[in-house]
Amino acid sequence: MKNHNLLFILLLIFVQATASISVAEDKIAPPPPEEWPKPIEDDRPIWFLLFDRLEYDLNEGPDTILWDVQGWIGSDFNKLWIKTEGDQKLSEDYGGDVEIQALYSRLISPFWYLQIGGRFDTLYGNGSDPSRGFGVIGFEGLAPYWYDVETALFVSQDGDVSARLEAEYELLFTQRLIAQPRFETNIAIQQVEKFGVGEGFNDVELGLRLRYEIRREFAPYIGISWTRLLGDTADIARNEGEEVDNLAFVTGVRMWF
Amino acid sequence: MGSRDKLITRRRFLHYAGTFSIMAGFAGIAPAYALQQTGIQAGNRQETIPDINLLIRWDRIDVGGREGRAITLNGSIPGPIVRLKEGKDAVIHVTNELQEDTSIHWHGILLPAEMDGVPGVSFPGIKPGQTFTYRYPVKQSGTYWYHSHSGVQEQSGHYGPLIIDPTEPEPFEYDREYVVMLSDWTFEDPKRVFAKLKKMSDYYNFQRRTVGDFFSDISEKGFGPTMSDRLAWGRMRMSPTDIADVTGYTYTYLMNGLSPSANWTGLFKPGERIRLRFINGSAMSYFNVRIPGLKLSVIQSDGQNIKPVEVEEFQIAVAETYDVIVNPGQDSAYTIFAESMDRSGYALGTLATQPGMAAPIPALRERPLRTMIDMGMPMEKMDNMKGMEMNNNDAESSQNSHRHHGSMNMEAGEIVARHGPDHHGPGNTSIAMVERNRLGEPGTGLEDVGHRVLVYTDLKRLDTKYTKRKPDREIELHLTGNMEHYMWSFDGKKFSEVKGPIPFKYGERVRLTMVNDTMMEHPIHLHGMWMVLDNGNGAHNPRKHTISVKPAERLSVEIDADAPGNWAFHCHLLYHMEAGMFRVVNVSADNETITKK
Repeated sequence: MKNHNLLFILLLIFVQATASISVAEDKIAPPPPEEWPKPIEDDRPIWFLLFDRLEYDLNEGPDTILWDVQGWIGSDFNKLWIKTEGDQKLSEDYGGDVEIQALYSRLISPFWYLQIGGRFDTLYGNGSDPSRGFGVIGFEGLAPYWYDVETALFVSQDGDVSARLEAEYELLFTQRLIAQPRFETNIAIQQVEKFGVGEGFNDVELGLRLRYEIRREFAPYIGISWTRLLGDTADIARNEGEEVDNLAFVTGVRMWF
Repeated sequence: MGSRDKLITRRRFLHYAGTFSIMAGFAGIAPAYALQQTGIQAGNRQETIPDINLLIRWDRIDVGGREGRAITLNGSIPGPIVRLKEGKDAVIHVTNELQEDTSIHWHGILLPAEMDGVPGVSFPGIKPGQTFTYRYPVKQSGTYWYHSHSGVQEQSGHYGPLIIDPTEPEPFEYDREYVVMLSDWTFEDPKRVFAKLKKMSDYYNFQRRTVGDFFSDISEKGFGPTMSDRLAWGRMRMSPTDIADVTGYTYTYLMNGLSPSANWTGLFKPGERIRLRFINGSAMSYFNVRIPGLKLSVIQSDGQNIKPVEVEEFQIAVAETYDVIVNPGQDSAYTIFAESMDRSGYALGTLATQPGMAAPIPALRERPLRTMIDMGMPMEKMDNMKGMEMNNNDAESSQNSHRHHGSMNMEAGEIVARHGPDHHGPGNTSIAMVERNRLGEPGTGLEDVGHRVLVYTDLKRLDTKYTKRKPDREIELHLTGNMEHYMWSFDGKKFSEVKGPIPFKYGERVRLTMVNDTMMEHPIHLHGMWMVLDNGNGAHNPRKHTISVKPAERLSVEIDADAPGNWAFHCHLLYHMEAGMFRVVNVSADNETITKK
C-alpha cells in the first residue's frame, strides 16, 4: 500500500511540474523569423533630379544658354550627389564652360550634408579647351532663416585652392508665384590665368528669378542676373578684351523629378 | 477605351453575394451599407455569425465623378461591414487577387498574435492567389475597423468597418444606427505621394505664409512682433502652417466612400435617437467633426463605453473611433461636416427625414497655425500668468502669437518636464524643450471655436474593472522626426536602425511615457493590447488602442502585457509609418522584467 501511495504522490508531482511548464510554454514567443518580409521598408533607395536653372540669358555680350542641374540617389543618410553647371555662348565663336561634380554626401545634422568628392571643369571655344580636375569638400543644406546654402573648398590637380559660396532664398508672393534671390561668389588662393582665375575674390553674382509653379515640378521663370568680376580676375578679363560687368535678362524653367 | 476588368465568374459572384456591393457595370463603388439609406434598426442583431468571405482586388471606381483605381474589398471602398458577436468565434476567409502580397489587420481587436495580420510580425503575409483564413475568439464589443498592413495599400481603399455586438445590453439607448467611416482618397499612386514627400516635404502645403501675410500681420500686430515671430520660426526652419503632410490638394475626403458631391445620406424619423459610429479610416487626415444644429453625445471611444459627454464638436485622429448619439428633433436635414484639420477640404454627409433633402454646408474655417507651445518653447510670461486675469491689450502677449485667436492659449497645459541634452541625432530636427500635459487641451484649430469640443480628459471609462497595480517597468519613448527630409522615428531611430523588438515580460504592467519632440500630432497605435491613458481620471482612465500625442506633449499609458507574441507599435499616419516610425513589441514569458525599485 505504501508503495502505491508513494507512486501516486510522485505521479502528482510529475503532473504538476509538466503542467506548469506547458502553461509557461505557450506564453513564450520568439521574435518574428528572419525569413519573413519586413513589416515596413523604410530604407528603400530614393532619388531626386533638379534642374534649378535651365535658361536663356540675354547678356550685354553674346547670349548664352545656362544650366544648373543637381541630382542625388541613396538613402536618408548616405547619398551620391551629382552636380553639373555650365553655359554655352550662342554666337559664331561658340564657347562656354562645363563643370561636373560627383560627391558622397552624408547627413551629419538635421539640415546639413557633408559632401566629399571630385569635380571636373572644361573651358572650350578659345582653341585651347583647357580642363582640370579637383578634390572637393563642402557642405550643402538649409541654414537658419531658410537660406539654401552650398559651399565648398576645391583643390585642383595642380594644387590650386579655391572656394565657392552659393545661397538661395524663396519669397512667396502667392502659393505659386515665388521670387528667388540668388547670391554666388568664388575665391581663389592662386592665380590660374589659363582658366581666367585671379587671386582673391573672383566674382560675385546676384540674381533674382520670379517663377510660377504650374506644378511644383514645373515652373517657368524670368529674372535678372548681374555678374561682376573682381580684382585680379577683372584684370585678366580686361587684358583679354572681355567685359568685367554683365547684367543679363534671363528666362527659363525650373523643374524637378 | 480601357480594357474591361476581369469578369467575375458566376460561381464566385454567388460566393461573395452576401456582402458584395451593388455592381454598377464595370466600376466598383460605395458599399451596400452606404447606399441603403435606412441604417440598421437597433436590436436587429444577428445571433449566428456565418463565415465571412472577403475578396481583395483592384477595381476602377468613381469618386466625385472622376474615375480612379482602388483596391476594393468585395468590390467597394470602404469594404463591407464585418459584423461579429462577442463570444462567438470570427471566421474570415480573405482571398488575395492582387499581384502583390496583402494582409488584413483587425484594428483594436484582442486576438492571438498570428491572427493580427501584420506581415513580418504576425505572419508572412497573404500571397497573390492565396486565401488566408483568420480565426479568433471575440472577447470585446464596439466599433472598430480593418485595413491592409502591407505597404501603402490602405491609402488605395483597402479598409472597412468592423462592428462587434455585445453580449450584455448596452448602457445607452437608440433607435437606429449608422456607420460613418471617414477616409482620404487620392487619384495619385500612393507610392508617388510618398516619393514626393521625400523630395519636397511641403509639396502638398498650399497654405504657406506669403509676403502678403507678412504685411497684413504688420498692420494687425505691428512690425516688432511680426518680425520677431518670423525670425523665431525662421531660426528653427519650421513653418507654423505645417498642419497636415498631405492635404486637399490631392485628397478627396470621403464619408462611407462617397465624396462631398455624392453626399452620403442617412434617413431618420424626427425624435429618433440615432447612433453614429464614427471611424477615421484615413491614411493621413485628422478630422474635426460637427453637425450644425445637433448636440453630440459621445458614448464610446475606441469601442469602449465611456461616461457620456455632450459636445458640439470633436477631433478624431487617424484610426480612432467615436460612437455618438444624436437626437434630431426637426423634420429637416442636418449636415455631418468633417473638416480636415488643416481646413484644406472636408468630408460631407447628411442626416435627413427624406431622401434628397440637404442642409446648408458650413464654410471652411480659416487654417490654424502651430504655436510656440507646439514647438516646446517655455512661454515664461504665459506660464507665470496662468490663473491670472489676462489683459487683451497686453503688447507683450502678442509676441507669443501669430494669429490673435492662437494667442496666449491660457488653456495650454502645465509644464511637466524639461528635455534632457540628447537631441536624438540627425534623424530628428527639434526637441520639445518643455514638455506639457496637454490632455485637457482641444486639438489644433479648436482653441476658440465658441462651443464645447471633446478633449482627452473628458474620456472616463464607464465600468469599474480597472485594477490598480504598481507598474513593473517604466519606458520613455520620444516621438521624433526630420520634416525637411521626411524622416520619422522613435528616439531618432527608424525601424531599420534598431536591432530586434522591444521586450515586455508576459504578465507585467508597463508604464509607457511618450514625449512628442515634433510639432505634429501623431496617432500612436499598439496592436494586441490596450493602452490605458492616464488622463487624471484614476480608476476611470480610458482604454484606447490609438492615442494622438500632441506636439510637445508628455503623456503616460499603462499596458498590461497579457498577450504573448509579436505586436506592432507605430504611428498610424501611413507615410510616417512607412518612413520608419514603427517598432515591434515582443511579449514573452522568457523576457526579463526590470523591477521598479
